[in-house]
Amino acid sequence: MEISNEEVKKIKVLSKNVRKNILQISLGAGASSSHFGGSLSTVEILSTLYSKVLNFDVQKPLWEKRDRFILSKGHACLAFYALLCEFGYVSKNDLDKFEKNGSFLLGHPVINKKIGIEFSNGSLGMGLSLGIGVAISLIKRNLKNKVFVMIGDGECNEGSVWEAAMSAPHFKINNLTAILDNNKLQQTGSNLEIMSTESLENKWKSFGWEVLVIDGHNISEIFSAFNTKTSKPKMILAKTVKGKGFSFSENNNEWHHKILTKNQYDEALKELDDK
Amino acid sequence: MTNKEFLNVPNLKIWSKIGMRAAFGLISIEILKTDKNFFVVTGDVSTSAGLDRFRKNYPDNFIDVGIAEQNLLGIAAGLASEGHNVFTTTFAPFQTMRCCEQIKVNLGYMKQKVCMVGLASGLVLGTLGYTHCCIEDIGVLRSIPNLNIISPADSGELAKALIAAKENNNSTYIRLTGSSNLNQIYTEDYDFSIGKSITLREGKDLALIATGSLVGEAMQCASLLEGDNISCEVVNFHTIKPIDFKKIEELSKKFKTIITLEEHNIIGGLGSAVAEVLSKVKSSTQQLFFGVNDTYSEGGEYEYLLDKFSLSANRVYEKIKKLNI
Repeated sequence: MEISNEEVKKIKVLSKNVRKNILQISLGAGASSSHFGGSLSTVEILSTLYSKVLNFDVQKPLWEKRDRFILSKGHACLAFYALLCEFGYVSKNDLDKFEKNGSFLLGHPVINKKIGIEFSNGSLGMGLSLGIGVAISLIKRNLKNKVFVMIGDGECNEGSVWEAAMSAPHFKINNLTAILDNNKLQQTGSNLEIMSTESLENKWKSFGWEVLVIDGHNISEIFSAFNTKTSKPKMILAKTVKGKGFSFSENNNEWHHKILTKNQYDEALKELDDK
Repeated sequence: MTNKEFLNVPNLKIWSKIGMRAAFGLISIEILKTDKNFFVVTGDVSTSAGLDRFRKNYPDNFIDVGIAEQNLLGIAAGLASEGHNVFTTTFAPFQTMRCCEQIKVNLGYMKQKVCMVGLASGLVLGTLGYTHCCIEDIGVLRSIPNLNIISPADSGELAKALIAAKENNNSTYIRLTGSSNLNQIYTEDYDFSIGKSITLREGKDLALIATGSLVGEAMQCASLLEGDNISCEVVNFHTIKPIDFKKIEELSKKFKTIITLEEHNIIGGLGSAVAEVLSKVKSSTQQLFFGVNDTYSEGGEYEYLLDKFSLSANRVYEKIKKLNI
């Protein structure tokens, strides 16, 4: 299935708005700073997923036919909240409450199904197992809902990821798509420096997954990967750029978790509007 | 509500003869008969958990994740989030500590409800060494909010605990202790509710607060003490969390000496839970902690280790005699 140019354009606009929201949240976070880079690498994937793939109804967040999305790399919640705002789950005002005292929008997602957050995540390596549990339940009940789980490449250092990876093909899971945000950087350096995950494609293939390698910022490729039917559990290995969208943050790991100043905010907003 | 007709005297008698692990498998089958929405999730321990018949006859409700406890907890929580009742089981150290953070985040923090059954906790696997013994589970899990911790005194109480856990809103850890020839404490039906201790024997001179298989040792010890005209109250604290605050307060008013008896490290377990209550009530009651004295000892058979740590009826009796109560 192909996506029309017009629809690509729409998702590009959405991605732009998501990045604007990310800037707003990040600026609002102030001195507590936020996970900027690893959120920006997910924007096109999440925007495409929510625009064209995921079944949900903002008016009925507990709708029984909804698909489930799990952000296992929970620190990318800036992008998640920014997107939930664009779809009306939370307001712009809510975004200003990010990491504020008593807020429901913390630095890692806290389960809140009414606003589209299915699980609490943040401690890495846990989301895929949750997704497999949900997927097994759906299969046992003959339900058609789908499960989507986004993990990170740094997250793949966690042994529990591989426990889950081993089990999905074993249980013949056919209703779950994993997305690996392969931005090649983790908290304190590149994957190569910290813990090599060089052959992620082979690793996942050898665990029994069908791996689709795509450019994680190319909306047509993302859409096509989501729509590819596979006989095995599907892993979309998305090659991405950490900090994508702003020249100061792209591939600059200082922006893993950093304070955004007002000057940088203005500069970033201008760069976004110029594009 | 689960149909509890299977909680009858003939069944209690059978279960009491086969030990808690084998009983767990049989009780799970009974629960499945009344709830098709129910799953047992294990980590390659179906035989040890008495689940072979369950596995063979009810494969649709049985999930084996292999030797991967973190994934076990994640999958169980995923199932629970879809509204299933889920029992998980593997050996106690792996059921609790190997996946401790999954228990914290998936069950405690997110409040997904799962009932975990820790097999062969305490000292019963002493010949296998302390990789397989478990004297830390209560202490580790007690600090996680939204979690019940139960250590049944016999197989019948295990059945009651499983049903109560299934009907409770929180997740529950059920700690199985003792060998296959465990004493049967209860021969008749009785009321069981999470967090409410049961006085098995009234006494005047001191109170013995026990949990798990040591309730049986406490009862035997009380009989020995009776022969010496020492009147010992025995209370079954099947639930360690939430702890029965009211009962401890009552005991502190009635007795000068309270002894906690547990097959667990003296740090963090039943004794600590009781002491935390005593620190909040006005009382001059002295508490003595009988348990494993914060050590990994040499290994050995169950009875040998119970004697070593003075947890068997005879050794507890001897220790109490020396107190000159």
